Amino acid sequence: MLTNLVNWIDKRIPMTDAWNKHVAQYPAPVNFNFWYFFGSLAMLVLVNQILTGIWLTMNYTPSGEEAFASVEYIMRDVEYGWLLRYMHSSGASAFFVVVYLHMLRGMMYGSYQKPRELLWLFGMFIFLVLMAEGFMGYLLPWGNMSFWGAQVIISLFGAIPVIGDDLTLWIRGDYVISGATLNRFFALHVIALPLVLVILVFLHIVALHEVGSNNPEGIEIKKKKGSIPEEEKAQFKFHKQYTDKYDIVDAVPFHPYYSVKDIMGVVGFLIIFCYVIFFAPEGGGYFLEKPNFEPANALKTPEHIAPVWYFGPFYTILRIIPDKLIGAGAMFGAIVMLFLLPWFDRGTVKSVRYRSTLHKINLIQFCICFFALGVLGTMAASPTANLIGTIASIGYFGYFIALWFYSKNEKTKPLPERIAH
Amino acid sequence: MSSAPENNGRRRFLTLATAVVGGVGAVGVAVPFIKSWNPSEKAKAAGAPVEYDVSKMAPGQLVRVKWRGKPVYVVRRTKEVLADLENGHNDQLKDPDCSVPQQPDYAKNSYRSLNPEFLVALGVCTHLGCAPTYRAGDFNEVVEGVKNGFFCPCHGSKFDMAGRVFQNVPAPTNLVIPPHMFNGDSMLLIGVDKGDA
Repeated sequence: MLTNLVNWIDKRIPMTDAWNKHVAQYPAPVNFNFWYFFGSLAMLVLVNQILTGIWLTMNYTPSGEEAFASVEYIMRDVEYGWLLRYMHSSGASAFFVVVYLHMLRGMMYGSYQKPRELLWLFGMFIFLVLMAEGFMGYLLPWGNMSFWGAQVIISLFGAIPVIGDDLTLWIRGDYVISGATLNRFFALHVIALPLVLVILVFLHIVALHEVGSNNPEGIEIKKKKGSIPEEEKAQFKFHKQYTDKYDIVDAVPFHPYYSVKDIMGVVGFLIIFCYVIFFAPEGGGYFLEKPNFEPANALKTPEHIAPVWYFGPFYTILRIIPDKLIGAGAMFGAIVMLFLLPWFDRGTVKSVRYRSTLHKINLIQFCICFFALGVLGTMAASPTANLIGTIASIGYFGYFIALWFYSKNEKTKPLPERIAH
Repeated sequence: MSSAPENNGRRRFLTLATAVVGGVGAVGVAVPFIKSWNPSEKAKAAGAPVEYDVSKMAPGQLVRVKWRGKPVYVVRRTKEVLADLENGHNDQLKDPDCSVPQQPDYAKNSYRSLNPEFLVALGVCTHLGCAPTYRAGDFNEVVEGVKNGFFCPCHGSKFDMAGRVFQNVPAPTNLVIPPHMFNGDSMLLIGVDKGDA
């Protein structure tokens, strides 16, 4: 009965084939470590955001007059409204935690290098859309930090010569941030950007499965067809799309091996996530900032204005430069550098395990600088903070510049032929 | 099957013509989508002038008046403050002579106002649009030797009591002075001036 149904469908759409190609017979390297949890965790958080987001729209009112009150209504009067909202607001922070770790994984193991440049680019576009989602979503509660945060970010576009002022007017749809701005941000946040995000995630995975997963050793599991004796090939059935072109070694099917392992990651993640939702939903003022508990006030900027933590690194770069245009340029430049990473790195050895000490130091200093920039972004401006911020910014950009210079003739360790297991 | 001879030139022309017409159509369709983001007629109409009676203001006091949804700072400046504006700290300013047109012509002076006693300025930092904080008496914590001024909490821009920006801060220009005039002795009108009347 069920077999008949499956057959009926398979004759009309390649359901079983797609399942095998991407899940049950997809060859994944045997040596994934915990750094490989974050991709699937990002998908879990995406589902969480979409689901809780849909439910929040059922009670939220996107208007300058009612938005703040409707969020309070969700928190106080709607059954489990508080939980749905905290799942969504903490989910936003969780999204950036897992995505930043996912990106660091890619940087450590060279997962952006040839042939995975496009895979990296799709990922970077996901990151970009995610930042737009986070920014627009933060306006919706219409608290005072929502208002002034949006004011600052939209004003960034005013730094563009000639068209800047008209562009900010066009984005706001009013001479100040108003209900018109709130409404369009709502539309983009709940319809336009999620659609783009889902499409990009789809493309990210299609690109991943075309080139195959990288791994901590940074060596390929797809060998030239006919180069591997039968008994040394991975003893599993993989989809013919992979085995027709290559001999597969040191691999296991994604399902059930990594689907089960990912469940372990999910359990660990959920323990932390639930702790935050139930015991620290405001994240100590980092996930939901204190000034956002009073309604938007166009006449009063909060004493200490800071973006949500995940924008901190880029915000600090903006802040340390005492020039509007150059500051905004450097901030966007910091993201452009990440986009161009596959071309800054001219090396052929992927994994940090086999790269030079110089590269290891460079990557570590990059992480420290990125972290420092993030911490500074949540703090008030001061001369000391500016000095540290300047050093950290140089470290951030320096990573890419230095990488370009040394990666061409880097002293690397010899790569193994196979993944030891 | 058609037996007509292949005419590649005609095919190319037709493909090109279709693409061009289609492209023009696509651009045309984009217009309403882009234009609908502009401020609506209702938003444009909300820009009427506002009135404020300054006679009750104490010396040194700041009030915030809302005009076009933006905060306008009105400050009754003391003699001491005015004397300092004359030439007290000009060497620390980016544009002490107001050469960038951030004010109507009648406010292009060291007080940047129509009536020296009253500063009327948009409380919108020219960097990224935050509302600068009025620091009366304790401004010398951020600029040595200058007692009063405005300090933007967002990115540390500093302005003097005429809304003129200090050097080495992110804000590029002085605060904007909106058109303003006095009706009688004490009725301040913001958003309109003698030129419009």
